[in-house]
Amino acid sequence: MSQPLLQVSDLHVQIAGRRGIVRAVDGVSLEVPAGEALGLVGESGSGKSMTLRAILGLLPPEARITSGQVLLDGADLTQLGNSQLNKIRGPKIAMIFQEPMSALNPVMRVGSQIAEGPQIHLGLNRRQAAERALELMRRVGIPDPERRFRSFPHEFSGGMRQRVMIAMALSCEPSLILCDEPTTALDVTIQDQILRLLARLCRESGTSLVFVTHDLPVVAQVCHQLAVMYGGQIVERGGVEQVLTEPCHPYTLGLVRSAPDVDHPRSSLVPIPGSPPSLVSPPAGCRFHPRCKFAEEDCTVSQPPLRLIDAGRATACLHFERCLDELRTEGADR
Amino acid sequence: MTTLPGGVPAAVLPASQDSPLLDVTNLAVSFSLGSALIARMRNQAHVLHAVDGVDLSIARGEALALVGESGSGKSTLARALSGLQRPDRGEIRLDGKTLPARRSRADQRKIQMVFQDPYSSLNPRLTVGGILHELLRVHHIVPAAEIDSYTRELLRLVGLDEEAVHAYPRQFSGGQRQRVAIARALALRPELLVADEPVSALDVSVQATILNLLQDLRGELGLTLLLISHNLAVVRHLCDRVAVMYLGRIIEIAPTETLFASPRHPYTRGLLAAIPRLTFEPESDVPAVQGDPPSPLRIPAGCRFRTRCPIAQPICEEQDPALTESGSDPAHRAACHFAFADTAPPRATVTAIGATGPTGAGEEAKS
Repeated sequence: MSQPLLQVSDLHVQIAGRRGIVRAVDGVSLEVPAGEALGLVGESGSGKSMTLRAILGLLPPEARITSGQVLLDGADLTQLGNSQLNKIRGPKIAMIFQEPMSALNPVMRVGSQIAEGPQIHLGLNRRQAAERALELMRRVGIPDPERRFRSFPHEFSGGMRQRVMIAMALSCEPSLILCDEPTTALDVTIQDQILRLLARLCRESGTSLVFVTHDLPVVAQVCHQLAVMYGGQIVERGGVEQVLTEPCHPYTLGLVRSAPDVDHPRSSLVPIPGSPPSLVSPPAGCRFHPRCKFAEEDCTVSQPPLRLIDAGRATACLHFERCLDELRTEGADR
Repeated sequence: MTTLPGGVPAAVLPASQDSPLLDVTNLAVSFSLGSALIARMRNQAHVLHAVDGVDLSIARGEALALVGESGSGKSTLARALSGLQRPDRGEIRLDGKTLPARRSRADQRKIQMVFQDPYSSLNPRLTVGGILHELLRVHHIVPAAEIDSYTRELLRLVGLDEEAVHAYPRQFSGGQRQRVAIARALALRPELLVADEPVSALDVSVQATILNLLQDLRGELGLTLLLISHNLAVVRHLCDRVAVMYLGRIIEIAPTETLFASPRHPYTRGLLAAIPRLTFEPESDVPAVQGDPPSPLRIPAGCRFRTRCPIAQPICEEQDPALTESGSDPAHRAACHFAFADTAPPRATVTAIGATGPTGAGEEAKS
């Protein structure tokens, strides 16, 4: 297999908090091959956004990368300074944020914001950059781009603002786009539009994606690969369809079970008992064991590593067969 | 009669079981934005019709869902029902009795609300006990001597530890706070519980606990529930009937299974198709519903959905379709000229209607 586009290995991010050091990201490794879309799912506090921000060096000031590597095309981004990172941000890696209103400049015309990147990174002059911005606005489906070019972000709807963000992300033809819950603030019909647009544009241009969300069905729309995070670590990894239909980690199984399914309503939902672990003093052994119904004594002893169980399939559960057994008996009952 | 555990009686059921508990006719709520004079000078609209003529009835013990995009007026409708927002016109009848715009305390108590954000809807300076005691003292629900024991029963009912009485909201997680909010709403023994997006601020695994709680409470107390949600999976899980709102109107209403099995309004069909599912077939790039919803300041004439409708016809521009019953199922009503027609108009005959009509949106998909 050729070198993946992005390779994160054993990444640790720590935040100095009042109650001690928060291990927000604790040994995350992931790979994104060129042209692939990776989904990163987990609940709030699982470290998914921190992982994403660490890739681009956009961590909050109190957080820092303590160890690990982020290799993009073989170059380690964690070793770069801000000015060098600025040459990566845009032409190599772009980011789409959850709240377009707070990510866009409120006092700058939308067209100029889209044109700014190409002017700086691609060396286009003002007119060329403006033409490129118009072309991008057309590609992301902003109606009447000539008129909207001179609008301000507040004159756009939430969905249109997110299209502007996508246009900005695409403006310098990056090889990787990082998305941090890009559709969470949107209505379901607009979310549907944006997801299809994103999936189509990335397919057409061969751009890779890392897509952070807490919404499992959203991942299924856009991504090929899926990594599930819990307590700052990846607990399961594999193809989207495999992981969601045959989860090999009790946490993933819990996530799938606790969400109501619109096509197959069940009589009652099965919540995950307990609450997420403290990242200051995480439980010993497997971080999920206090909430896990399959937990045995060996789960409490040492931290189970993420191990390969099948081609492209990895789990950090020592007793993952029990998830499969449970699914099988359930399937037999049905 | 149903009782709360521990012998606390729930709302007393009246003799007439047939008449709906809540009956809303022609309810309208509007907000005026800015100055009328300046708006007239600039030739702009300044009245926002958030709820624009809604008829709705809820039977006792029923769970009705209100779904729609943001700006469809579902939250405004809920606030008007709870008496938090004064309607322009229309009538809200509870148990056959008209609720006036200014409600007495006894009337206020009958419809209670659970809000979306449990972080901002609880008083941070009061303990949970303080929040509930204040409410019980003001409304004289139980004799003063029983307030404390009643509070503890309420907390048990919503699955919280009795010791929670002494804790402040900040000491709870989001799911626990939402339990407190539900206890607060139930404390007044309301006839109708209005829950406005009760789980959308919570993590997925916590959502399930709150949804299960609401379902259990329905079973135990025979609670009548109006659930507002944009999450159709939640709605299908919890509710008996679904009303779909679009730009201030109910455009389709039907029993849950009927609506999901055979939606008749093109907007409902789009809404259902837009739900992300755990399916992995390569999908088309064409979105389920094109374009953005129009601004409630400028509601299109005729059918209000026609600017995004894939089957819009010239008649849709001229006539505002009324909410009409299906011939076969009177419980299923939709506001579309072609909702219950034998043959739906083919998409190919779509003519250009308006500047932002379906043709314009079609280009967007192709580009």
